[in-house]
Amino acid sequence: MTSFASETRSVADDAAQDRRENEFPDGAVTREVRPAPDRYRNAIGKYKVNRSAACIACGQCARLCPYGVHTKPGGYTFTLRPQDHLCAGPACSGTDHDCVAKCPQKALTVLRNPTFDCMGDPRWTADLILSTWHEAATGHAPAAGLEFRHGDSGGGFDRIHINFPEKPGPRIDPGEIDTGLDLNHRGDGRPQVHIDLPIYGGGMSFGSVSIHTILGKARAATAWNTFTCTGEGGFPDRLKPYDDHVITQVATGLFGVREETIQRVRIVEFKYAQGAKPGLGGHLLGDKNTPAVARMREAVAGNALFSPFPFHSVYSVEDHKKHLDWIKEMNPRALVSVKVSTPTDVDMVAVGSYYAGAHIIHLDGSYGGTGAAPDIAKKNIAMPIEFAIPKVHKFLVAEGIRDAVTLIVSGGLRTPYDVLKAIALGADGVVIGTPEIVALGCVRCACCESGRGCPRGIASTDPELSMLMTLDWATQRLVNLLNAWREQIVDVLSQLGLRSIRELRGRSDLLYYAAEGEVSK
Amino acid sequence: MPERYHIKTAATPGRFRRVGKFGSVDWREDCSRCTNCVKVRCLYDTYKKESAHNRDPLTGLQPLYECKGCLSCVQGCTKGLLSIVINPEFLAMGDDYWRPDMLATTWNQSETGRIPVSGAGYRGRFSGPGFDGIWTDMSEIVRPTRDGIHGREYISTTVDIGPKPLRLEFAPDGTMKTAPSSLIEIQMPAILDVPPWSMRMGRELALARLASAKALKTLAVAKPADIEAAPADQWPLAVPLMETADVAGHAELLKKVRMVELVDGPDVLETAGKVRAINPALIVAVRMDVKAGAAARASDLGRQGIKVLHLAADLHGMEKGVEQPRHLKDTLREIHGRFVKDGFRDEITLIAGGGIALAEHMAKAILCGADLVAVGTPLLVALGCRVCGSHEGTCDEPCPAEIKGTEVAYSSQRMINLMGAWHSQMIEVLGAMGIREVRRLRGEVGRAIFMEDIEREAFGDLIRK
Repeated sequence: MTSFASETRSVADDAAQDRRENEFPDGAVTREVRPAPDRYRNAIGKYKVNRSAACIACGQCARLCPYGVHTKPGGYTFTLRPQDHLCAGPACSGTDHDCVAKCPQKALTVLRNPTFDCMGDPRWTADLILSTWHEAATGHAPAAGLEFRHGDSGGGFDRIHINFPEKPGPRIDPGEIDTGLDLNHRGDGRPQVHIDLPIYGGGMSFGSVSIHTILGKARAATAWNTFTCTGEGGFPDRLKPYDDHVITQVATGLFGVREETIQRVRIVEFKYAQGAKPGLGGHLLGDKNTPAVARMREAVAGNALFSPFPFHSVYSVEDHKKHLDWIKEMNPRALVSVKVSTPTDVDMVAVGSYYAGAHIIHLDGSYGGTGAAPDIAKKNIAMPIEFAIPKVHKFLVAEGIRDAVTLIVSGGLRTPYDVLKAIALGADGVVIGTPEIVALGCVRCACCESGRGCPRGIASTDPELSMLMTLDWATQRLVNLLNAWREQIVDVLSQLGLRSIRELRGRSDLLYYAAEGEVSK
Repeated sequence: MPERYHIKTAATPGRFRRVGKFGSVDWREDCSRCTNCVKVRCLYDTYKKESAHNRDPLTGLQPLYECKGCLSCVQGCTKGLLSIVINPEFLAMGDDYWRPDMLATTWNQSETGRIPVSGAGYRGRFSGPGFDGIWTDMSEIVRPTRDGIHGREYISTTVDIGPKPLRLEFAPDGTMKTAPSSLIEIQMPAILDVPPWSMRMGRELALARLASAKALKTLAVAKPADIEAAPADQWPLAVPLMETADVAGHAELLKKVRMVELVDGPDVLETAGKVRAINPALIVAVRMDVKAGAAARASDLGRQGIKVLHLAADLHGMEKGVEQPRHLKDTLREIHGRFVKDGFRDEITLIAGGGIALAEHMAKAILCGADLVAVGTPLLVALGCRVCGSHEGTCDEPCPAEIKGTEVAYSSQRMINLMGAWHSQMIEVLGAMGIREVRRLRGEVGRAIFMEDIEREAFGDLIRK
């Protein structure tokens, strides 16, 4: 293994890095979509396009291809190496832009890329990974060739489909559609918090992911007037410029929780459990506990850090209320969110949290992401979020408190279509985590936890690996992703004749559950 | 602090050729020998290890398949010459129940003795048949102990095998009529079972099971002749599997073991009587197939004094000889429920076997009503088996994993490691549920989520009429 100087980095090095990264002025973050192509040299596509030596560089393919696979810039003698990640594959066959058939020299072949078949899994298919990359690169949904709406897991969101009207009414002008959400429905005199998308970023701690991932998320959240979450691991000073768009987490290990960090933010989240490892607590492996992480967590570098389960001060709803009161007292302008997992009695937990004073109830289903969790927990413990949403929504309605609390859900949402389905099942909004990470170049190889961490520099605190991506690039990828998601959400709402995302909540009549094995549309 | 049950695992690299998921395809002719080679930058040193093999063919083949599929090299190569492909040999392993990833995780657990941990979320299908249609519950605040993670060692995984009288009965003169209970306490809810298909091999496998049972403080099922070949201090941990004809020839053995399993048949009650005559303290279990009418047969046996039942499903956990077989999860619930109605559930020990392939199956079988499980196939997989013999009911020759003749010490450590990893995973499940001992998990269907129920509850109104 190549040698790295992680052990020899000093506090001064870290401070210098802080200074360098703080040079980005806050005002520079905008919603503007700009191209942010793959940061690796070779983008991966579903198809491989080969151009043989028979090519005479006539430029016919470059004139025909609507997707930009073939390019021959003015003044160039040769056609450039094909951008095969943009290729739509057999979908072009027989059309007027079929480059393979129309090449006068028959120099082109299109084959399925074997590397593509190595990617992904039933939940996050290779199609979904590549379409998320495409959305992050361009800010729009892919044009052709990739299934970007759902995965292939054969259940849950992948079997729920949207009932588009057979005879569509007049489409609503996308400019009139509102995707915003108010988060305070308690009417308790605390400030209203409005977000422009029904989506905010999940908690990823300083320690589990790189500082560029954290800052990129915060900057994108600022641009889109929504939130990101610190996770359990403290509040790095570099997040200060984005205080108004950061949720600080109070979790069971209380790592990095200080009065000062609670007082800085507009939302404080209590994390009881995480969907991917419900009831088990967290574990930061020693390798990831670098000196910078240890300083933030007030721990000893190199030691594994455990977040126990549960809160050792909470054994009842009354204890829980005491916790919430503590935060509310410390920060009178903050809203309080309670993040819980999905046990069989999740509906009762939600009602209990409401009566304890929560503004936001955040349900985290069992198929969500994690930096490290026992495989047995990811698959088998607690119910997937698809089941928990209608259960909790219906119970809150029956209790007459549905409109007094914001229901946010997470745990395995991969696409804007999942977001729409979750909201139609009864949620107000969602939290996403894995799509953000995939947008930054994750291939879901599941190596976040081993050795020095993520080989692609996203979920790693290793000084060299975490520099594999720049902050500017990370920010732009996430800004683009949110733009692509908003476009798709607006498009569906417009087809359904809804003017606001809030009108979709609980409209399960707009969904149908496909029979097993039914081909999805 | 009292000494707690602890399984001593030890890293034991496999002595068989591992089959990995990914292989790389490298178009070397076009390499420009640039100074920016991605191969040296591989975070896992896959290429370096591979080139070590190229230089010296005696270097193990194993590293060839260590690629983790991060695709950094594929995407980073200056000239785009590298591809990663799925190894077809990997996909060809196992069968439709024992999928290749299950074999790989079992190999890993047998090697390290550790619970499998990985990053990113769940990767598989939403749900599936059998045990894949069950989720176990968790509790937000109820804990087995108040010590959080440090309380895990206080979660008990002990179960008892044997007749459990519900009350003591006394004669009018005050003497106790109930026979003194002779329960066997085992420290984890699993016994080590014989391989589910016939294997042409020596008795090393049985000896490894017996040695593992001693270390794990549980029991191992084996043929009487194999037990007789084992060291005498292992006999009390052995459960001879006998047919009626075997009883007479092994009377000495029956005096020294604590439990026997009799294969179910028309004369099984009579045989049980003979066995008890040889050793009155012996716990007599009947091993019965899970097939049509199994619940009625089990109930009959229970009523007639057989207090330990080993329910043997086929190696995919299905009913045997039935046109539309049900999975163990359903048959167990039926039998458990029937015993509850019969009023003697608590007197009887139910051992569920067949189709127990992963640690989660152990937890889920107990949830469905078993007291403990019997582990068969996974012990072979621990030694490198690829379950290629499952279709024909016998093993291919030559065995790709060369299981035949493996050393007992090596095999038993691999089995101990696997069971150690399963034990840790069982603790995770119990910890998440807030349950302090595995005996309380039995039949706790209220603390489980069944696909068929939750699907109807959550999405019943979304189905198109």
